[in-house]
Amino acid sequence: MITRESPAQRISRFVFLGLWLIITIFPLYWIVVTSLKTPGAIFSFPLTYWPEDISFENYIGLFAKADFGTYVGNSLLVATVAATVATLISLLSAYVLARFEFRSKTAVLMAFLVTQMIPAFIALGPLYLMMVQLGLVDNRAGLMLVYVAVCIPFCTIMLRGFFANIPDALEEAAMIDGCSRLGALFRVIVPVMKPGIVAAFIFNFVNCWNELFLSVTLMNRDSNKTVPTALNGFITSYNIDWGSMAAAAVLTILPTMVLFAFASKYIVQGLTAGAVKG
Amino acid sequence: MPRRLTTEPERPSTRTGAPGGAVRRRPFTAKRGLVILAFLSPAVLFVAIFTYYPMIAGSQMAFRNWNLNNLTDTSWVGLGNFQKILEDPAFFTILGNSVLWVVASIVPQFVIGFAIALWLRRKFPFRGLYQALIFFPWAISGFLIGILFRWMFNSEFGVINDLLAKAGLIDAPIAWLADPTTAMAAVLIANIWYGVTFFAIMILAALQSVPDEMFEAAALDGAGKVRTLFQITIPYIKTTLALTVLLRVIWIFNFPDIIWAMTGGGPANQTHIITTWMINITQRGDYGMASALGLIVVAVLLVFSAFYLMAIREKKVS
Repeated sequence: MITRESPAQRISRFVFLGLWLIITIFPLYWIVVTSLKTPGAIFSFPLTYWPEDISFENYIGLFAKADFGTYVGNSLLVATVAATVATLISLLSAYVLARFEFRSKTAVLMAFLVTQMIPAFIALGPLYLMMVQLGLVDNRAGLMLVYVAVCIPFCTIMLRGFFANIPDALEEAAMIDGCSRLGALFRVIVPVMKPGIVAAFIFNFVNCWNELFLSVTLMNRDSNKTVPTALNGFITSYNIDWGSMAAAAVLTILPTMVLFAFASKYIVQGLTAGAVKG
Repeated sequence: MPRRLTTEPERPSTRTGAPGGAVRRRPFTAKRGLVILAFLSPAVLFVAIFTYYPMIAGSQMAFRNWNLNNLTDTSWVGLGNFQKILEDPAFFTILGNSVLWVVASIVPQFVIGFAIALWLRRKFPFRGLYQALIFFPWAISGFLIGILFRWMFNSEFGVINDLLAKAGLIDAPIAWLADPTTAMAAVLIANIWYGVTFFAIMILAALQSVPDEMFEAAALDGAGKVRTLFQITIPYIKTTLALTVLLRVIWIFNFPDIIWAMTGGGPANQTHIITTWMINITQRGDYGMASALGLIVVAVLLVFSAFYLMAIREKKVS
């Protein structure tokens, strides 16, 4: 493919790619190293680029002093429930939007697309007031409802793309055999679409796990805080304890990285397919 | 969240031709109508109640004196909130910052991303692993990226000052986040770092869509590398590039997380962009002013989106 490459070009290419790899990895490396240093080692000169005595003090302190377990529990609960509900609801709407023609179809799709252009935090104030009236402020169920709504549009659009790749003869055959439409959807199509659905769920989960501004607005009591909300409290305090901060950051990043490693193939596919073909 | 975008409007054109996926027109029966209603209404209701209702109900707040700290007087003030925004001494700085934030992030992200995509086009051992590794910033939220960089830019114990000192580039540590100029530079560096991968992946996918014959023909005609790039490759993928950049402009304009975590808009409002400022005003309880600012943001986004849709239309015609 393309023209031949001289050895000098080849070397310079690998030097630049190597350099960029280091630049990309370094911030993560640095936060992990920081989290494994003792508080004394973090704030002393000269800086060490390798933790000389590996210490888990920061991690232990996080759970002992700062209720980190509660925050992780809240985040896990809210993100799991919201992502599951959003994926199920989106599965139904994506199915209809992929398979049927009806008058309001374009309007619904446009309404979903517009939410992708306008950030969710544009109406933080009015949302807060509405949630107060519904008695859903400082309530994990309330946060779940908001997250479901935030996840649905993109998830629907993503799943709709996957439905398009599945022949509708599949569910028609099942329906001739006596399945209801819902039965055909869940018994025949869902198994075929499993990788796509898992990717959509992971996508939703990671978004809920990471969400900051809505949860900061809606969750006040310490026992209700999610991890990002708690971290936001840590960084606005006057003296930041960077040891615990680093440990908390590592623990927050870890699950999303593992999940993304599973789903990245599908997410790249979904993202680039639309832009490149067309 | 860089993945939070879509190029969906382009898709139907690819889909109608796809086997099996084609939507068939069938007579509209009551039963089909019921299926559509039952399957679609949960999604529509959720989005209507929790996304659209606050947005629409909130827009009237923009024309009222609506402060959480003084709810006894919520009278109509017409354009008073907009006047308050325009008269705020910080507003024009913040507007300028928003433009700087978008332009100074996009340009380096694009250039570095393009270079990486070109370098990645040729196969080499472990290319898949390499792509997976440079892909990883995507798994992290903007807020956490901000925390990571805030720590690295720490004036006393930050690794960036340490590396610069080791390289002999600085004599004394720089108080990165305390000085307006360096604070803006620091948040921009973090954002550039975060966004390069996105461009690299999108551009690589676009490059791989260029048929090999075009390069072969160019090589036969004796075109050099640079000429091939500018006269064959870039013209071939330019609509994809334009769409990617436009979507990115919208997204970065809306992206407060890194700034929020690194500086909170400080020192003295000097790193605020419109969205961080809006969240800040919301937290102070001035919902009237925040809603007015929200309407301004939506207006700006509408202009961008109009450009975006025009670009798509042009693409379909060509």
